[in-house]
Amino acid sequence: MENRIRVLIAKPGLDGHDKGAKIVALALRDAGFEVIYSGLHQTLEQIIAAATQEAVDVIGLSIMSGAHLPICRKLLSMMMEKNLADIRLVVGGVIPFQDIPALKQMGVSAIFPGGTSFEDINTGMKALFDPER
Amino acid sequence: MPDLSDISDFIKRIMAGDQNAGARMIRLIESDDPQAFELLRALYPHSGKGFIIGITGSPGAGKSTIINGLITQFRKKDLKVGVIAVDPTSPFSGGAILGDRLRMQTHATDEKVFIRSMASRGHSGGLSRATRDAALVLDAMGYHIILIETVGAGQAEFDISFLAHSVGIVTVPGTCDGIQAVKAGILETGNIFIVNKGDLADAADADISLHQLTQMIAMGKDRRTGWKPKVLTTNGLTGDGLTELATAFLDHHEFMITNHLFEEKRKEQETLYFTSLLRDLTLKKLMAFMENSPEYKEVLNKIGSGEMDPITAAELVVKQMRK
Repeated sequence: MENRIRVLIAKPGLDGHDKGAKIVALALRDAGFEVIYSGLHQTLEQIIAAATQEAVDVIGLSIMSGAHLPICRKLLSMMMEKNLADIRLVVGGVIPFQDIPALKQMGVSAIFPGGTSFEDINTGMKALFDPER
Repeated sequence: MPDLSDISDFIKRIMAGDQNAGARMIRLIESDDPQAFELLRALYPHSGKGFIIGITGSPGAGKSTIINGLITQFRKKDLKVGVIAVDPTSPFSGGAILGDRLRMQTHATDEKVFIRSMASRGHSGGLSRATRDAALVLDAMGYHIILIETVGAGQAEFDISFLAHSVGIVTVPGTCDGIQAVKAGILETGNIFIVNKGDLADAADADISLHQLTQMIAMGKDRRTGWKPKVLTTNGLTGDGLTELATAFLDHHEFMITNHLFEEKRKEQETLYFTSLLRDLTLKKLMAFMENSPEYKEVLNKIGSGEMDPITAAELVVKQMRK
């Protein structure tokens, strides 16, 4: 058994649009990732618990609500606190370009705003585990 | 990956129920990490107490939803519950979507519940190769009940019956007439039969399924143990019938303890564990050896060029190995 990359896909908060998250999950499956799909309306506590129990390599959040900055900041600090600092956090959804530097600076590993191709998502995800980087 | 510089500390954390440590250990097992063996060996003497319940049945029958309901029931009795939910790996990409957890999110933050999704990774039989060892970790972590959800099963995915103390088979009305119920295979392995989604069918339809299952199964009492399989109806969504289902599993547990079947299962398990491990290790070693031999490469080329057929080729390599 080889070591497959495990990804938790979650939608934090109250926004109810999960088609994007599901389609990305499917694209990741087709690219060879193991995707744990945890669905809508996740609290950050639920996301932390799922990431812990599932021992994932990546948490992928789909956010369309505009709250990506505070959500990512809070989740990253919870990850530090819960001994999950080795997990990469990536974000997709409705993310304005001007927010990308701030997200990167707080420690989000990759950002895939709406319109990113599946190919770019797959390449970006695999690049996170490229030892050359 | 975990810091394994102090293995005994890592083991201590797992045995104290540390979810982070337990999860990382399961990850090591799943990735075939060489350190997993040492860790498993250290944990093994501390396993064997948990009650392992397998939940199997066809895709979409309601296995995850029933497990979600069972967690609620067992938590009411203050039992700690571990879950391993297996979903299929894509034969094309090697990827997987593990979606069972989605239906168990009610319990996500209950710290006495641990849910681990697992991809089958090419293993047939309804489980993954790592499932047994993952169950061992949950057992050593102190989970009283370990629920294992198989991949959606057809007629012959019954590996779970070798691992679980008690097997629940989930079916839906209208799929099980008398002759289906007596076929060899998966239905022979059930200790408890669950007719789910009674609400979707005609009440009459649900009744017929229940009736036919009950009749056929009542005749076939488990000859080895004397346990008489039970048939129950449930509605996973409303929770109807789940209290009774949880009780039925606990009754079966009681039955196994009283009749010394629990220890017997453990002994049976040890032999199976040994033989399947031996098979895995031997195969791995042998394949590595053969793939490095010059004959192997030669034969491979001959197959490619059409000089040799695959049957002759396989025979030839094995023959050479005997020398």
